[in-house]
Amino acid sequence: MNDNIEKNIKRASLLSLLWKIQNESGFISDEDIKKVSVSLEIPESEVYGVVTFYGMLTRRKLGKNLICLCSNICCWLRGSGDILNYLKARLGIGPGETTKDGLFTLFTVECLGACGGAPMMMVNGEYFENLDYNKIDDIINGLKCRS
Amino acid sequence: MQILTQNFNIMNANRLSAYLGRDGYKSLGRLFSLRPEDVIEEVKKSGLRGRGGAGFPTGTKWGFVPKNSDGPVYLCVNADEGEPGTFKDRMLLERDPHKLIEGTIIASYAIGAKTAYVYIRGEYAKPCKILSAAIAEAYENNFLGKNILGKDFGLDIVVQRGAGAYICGEETSLISSLEGLRGYPKIKPPFPAIKGLFGRPTVVNNVETLSSLPFIVLNGWEPYSKIGTKKSPGTKLISVAGHVNKPGVYEIDMGLSLISFIEKYAGGVWKNRRLKAIIPGGSSFPVLSAEECANVNLDYESMISAGTMLGSGGMIVMDETTDMVACLKVLTDFYHHESCGQCSPCREGSGWAKKIMDRIVAGLGTKKDLDLLLDIADNMAGKTVCVFADALAMPIKSFITKFRAEFESRCL
Repeated sequence: MNDNIEKNIKRASLLSLLWKIQNESGFISDEDIKKVSVSLEIPESEVYGVVTFYGMLTRRKLGKNLICLCSNICCWLRGSGDILNYLKARLGIGPGETTKDGLFTLFTVECLGACGGAPMMMVNGEYFENLDYNKIDDIINGLKCRS
Repeated sequence: MQILTQNFNIMNANRLSAYLGRDGYKSLGRLFSLRPEDVIEEVKKSGLRGRGGAGFPTGTKWGFVPKNSDGPVYLCVNADEGEPGTFKDRMLLERDPHKLIEGTIIASYAIGAKTAYVYIRGEYAKPCKILSAAIAEAYENNFLGKNILGKDFGLDIVVQRGAGAYICGEETSLISSLEGLRGYPKIKPPFPAIKGLFGRPTVVNNVETLSSLPFIVLNGWEPYSKIGTKKSPGTKLISVAGHVNKPGVYEIDMGLSLISFIEKYAGGVWKNRRLKAIIPGGSSFPVLSAEECANVNLDYESMISAGTMLGSGGMIVMDETTDMVACLKVLTDFYHHESCGQCSPCREGSGWAKKIMDRIVAGLGTKKDLDLLLDIADNMAGKTVCVFADALAMPIKSFITKFRAEFESRCL
């Protein structure tokens, strides 16, 4: 029974550990998966299975700034399609791609629970709502200045 | 009546001092004077039903937990809000986190849980931060931890961030995710109340459900049961989005007519346009045409008789210019992307549906494709471990049957 509890608790810490690694290194490498597998005594294949299940965990290096535009229904009804086209033109990349200077990665994502402020996007974890072209310009220019 | 939103516009409502000034944690005095089984009975009598989408009676759900079980019992707080159109729990987490903590104490006491896990979606970084700060304040002031307010009851709350998977809002999937597994739903029975987190009896309750509890315990079941309709008592948060003038989160007494909600709360359809359709309960439920919206009320029974569901209260409004074909394509893309892949009918069916919708939107679909979509939907619903497959089948069937002419006009 006690063995089981200890095993359960160890296993349950997996997601938090993966978050910690990603927050520190920006992505989860093959090497990280091996290390986690050893430290939590979980088969590598299962760690890999968890990493690849969750959309926010990434196996590759992304741009310095992560732009996630909601493309789900409420944002779409209020013009996220136009916003996406504008972002694509502004950054010169499509969803899933990173700018050559490594500054921006663009993703389209599913509903982020901010439909009241549609269209919206999440930039580096922060929500920006009621988007229009001017707002996009301000956000991108701001990020460029800071970089 | 304001039960859930009365602190939303108060300065620093997320801070303990402000919450205490608004009768915060006052229900605990009465709570600890009751036996846990009495609390379950009160909540049963109040008529409170699960606000995550299913509408299952909360007290009954608690009652399934075995009495005197020989080990830990867990409460899981479902803060994995992800149903498209739904953003009510985020408001509760950001603007009144202590109410959720108070509700969590009540539910834990009732079912005998000493640990409660809050599973909050990974994207909710800000709500997670606000809730965590509130939990820390609650610990400092002995509302959490050992011997709460000097009584023989203790509770720890652990916050777990998700990592971007819609399916983890399904209660058994949420449990899998908490256990450090892929977020696959589990076959029921056994239900979580018997065998849940780490194989132990577990109750999973939605944020809004738990936030309704302090009112019920403080005032007794009767005042709550008198709000709303007989079978759907209480208040409900409706998050309304899409083509309305005032999108946002509003608290209504159950039973309010849908049209008066749109007019009085949501400010009417935007740009002086006419209404075309409403999905009332989050994207997974059947769409209502404008004519169907005319005579329907916002409560569980009324929605079911109209052929849809109140769901999470995530209301999506579409004006007369809305392209219903493109709209269904957006939805099939979503469900295809989020299908967890465990069951073949859902994994393959959502992929087929997406491909057919792509074809129709590209102008290459035929009328036979519409029947094929309906056939796929029939072969998905009710044939998988969880109701995700149904959640795609319902929009497919309702969009195509109710707007068939529009779909046919886009086919070869």
